[in-house]
Amino acid sequence: MHNTDLGGMAGASEPVIHPVIHVAGLAKEYRVYDKPEGLAASIRALVHRTSRVVEAVKGIDLEVGRGEFVALLGPNGAGKTTLLKLLSGIITPSRGTATVLGHVPWERADEFRRRFALVMGQRNQLWWDLPAAESFRLHQEIYRIEPARFEKTRDELVDLLGVRRLVLQPVRELSLGERMKLELVAALLHEPEVLFLDEPTIGLDVVAQHTIHDFLRDVQRRRRMTVILTTHYMKDVAALCERVVVITRGEVLYDGSLAEIVDRFTTHKIVTLDLDEAPDRSRIERFGFPCEFRGPQVVLRIDRGRIADVLPEILGTTGVRDVSVEDVPLEQIVAELFRTDAREAAAAEAGR
Amino acid sequence: MSRAATAALRDPLRGLSTWWTMLKICLEERLVYRGDFALGTLMRFLPIVTQVFLWTAVFSATSRSDIAGYSRNDIVAYYLLTMLTRAFSSMPGLAGGIARSVRDGSVKKFLIQPVDYVSFLLAARVAHKLVYYAVAVVPFGLVFFLCRSYFPPVPDATTIAAFLLSLVLSFLLGFFMEATLGMLGFWFMEVSSIVFGYMLVQYLLSGHMFPIDLLRTVPVGSGGVSLADVVHWLPFEYTAYFPSAVWLGKVRGPELLGSLAIEAAWVVAMAIACRIAWRRGTRRYAAFGG
Repeated sequence: MHNTDLGGMAGASEPVIHPVIHVAGLAKEYRVYDKPEGLAASIRALVHRTSRVVEAVKGIDLEVGRGEFVALLGPNGAGKTTLLKLLSGIITPSRGTATVLGHVPWERADEFRRRFALVMGQRNQLWWDLPAAESFRLHQEIYRIEPARFEKTRDELVDLLGVRRLVLQPVRELSLGERMKLELVAALLHEPEVLFLDEPTIGLDVVAQHTIHDFLRDVQRRRRMTVILTTHYMKDVAALCERVVVITRGEVLYDGSLAEIVDRFTTHKIVTLDLDEAPDRSRIERFGFPCEFRGPQVVLRIDRGRIADVLPEILGTTGVRDVSVEDVPLEQIVAELFRTDAREAAAAEAGR
Repeated sequence: MSRAATAALRDPLRGLSTWWTMLKICLEERLVYRGDFALGTLMRFLPIVTQVFLWTAVFSATSRSDIAGYSRNDIVAYYLLTMLTRAFSSMPGLAGGIARSVRDGSVKKFLIQPVDYVSFLLAARVAHKLVYYAVAVVPFGLVFFLCRSYFPPVPDATTIAAFLLSLVLSFLLGFFMEATLGMLGFWFMEVSSIVFGYMLVQYLLSGHMFPIDLLRTVPVGSGGVSLADVVHWLPFEYTAYFPSAVWLGKVRGPELLGSLAIEAAWVVAMAIACRIAWRRGTRRYAAFGG
């Protein structure tokens, strides 16, 4: 039997795929009080304080699906941490809505809080004077993890990060990198479906960063965990995230794949030539590209569209031993993105 | 049994087991610093020496053998018992610690994790006290033994039970009062001046400075009501005066029951106040910053 009106039926029979994180028009305003300079002004401020409203986040829309690993980038004060605080329910928004795993985060339901974790690079969740094993035990209790499952997960995480011998040492005796690794273990013990990472690699050495990258990638893939990461290190982004959301001044400036950001915001490639000896500059300069001479090495910035045409000719230059063609480093792209945005903001401010 | 009933039974049990784990961990943490207590405890007895000298002078200046119902021996026993009561009801660092956690943001942990801050603070404080008693029992025992001649004969079992109950209630009352004060940190950057004001009132009206019986001769208004009658209805005297007075047999029979009821009512009231302050405070915190 056929029915012409199947719209509602079809919707009911197919499982509706909700995004894990759904954010619409989310905004957060703060009132900040200006602290005037000087004693007299400070006394006046006791009676009358001047304040202004700062919009940390202004109308953000975002959807994140299950198993996505999203990098949240932006200059300091762009609203990244405010957004993470909103999504983890620490603060309530001024406007807009958000759901994480179907819950409104700032209602702080225990069922919600057992399903996500927030790790802040500069804040300690572990007990300072006790071995991490004790903090883990407490997490087992408050997140109600079954004993067998707890031990299995703990051992797995501890071994992945190679920190088994550290769990019985008081946390205060550990290095920053060791502490961060144990923080991650603590945060992942209850197998959260959503993980928010706020600058997890801040201040860590390259080896520790690397270990943490491998670890996060591995755990995220295996558990199909949804992760949002804020960072200032493009190495984190390149190693972990397929999707990048750039926020500046509380608004989403870019939301797309990591590959696309390179595509969209770069006009040229970096070509490095290794020569037998320091070259005759005029021979290189005649191609008309910006170039930089470093002894026997030359670095050229060549328009992406012209690479294929000019590269053979350049390679024809005598004495070229080796060549590399690279994209502009992500750091530079992002820095340029932030700078352009800041200039536009300043121009808009001036034009007002 | 229905599902809801099973859950209703299971949840408090889980809550208790969580609390027990918190207590154990807090105990371990306190034991790291056990050394600090030993000397501190002995130092706390020093002010008593001054009090005893002062009262000796008072008694030698008067021909009376008792003041407000207290003999010279009673007074010494009273101050020693107050020390003991205060070991239960005083909460060093509690209010300041809560306010600091708000200021430096470590309170966030309790917004993110499925764990109740007040229960956690209570577990931490019980642990703090247990470790303290384990160390303090030696100096306390020594001082009480040396001063045993000042004490009246050991009271009957009912009085001892009432005394112990009043001590436990004084712990809870002190905890919830100071925790509520600490929650004010959500509204004010610095609560130390508020805490100082509280300590001052507490010192005068709790019986820490002098037995509340002395206030019976201070009239309030013209209706024959004394200051002691007013203080009786306030929470303060239950954190120092009341348990000591129970042991010394100054409060008996229906009056004892009535006082215990007032003390219990204050515990409930302050627990509710603390809960409300936490709710409102976190709501404000969430709205204004975090």
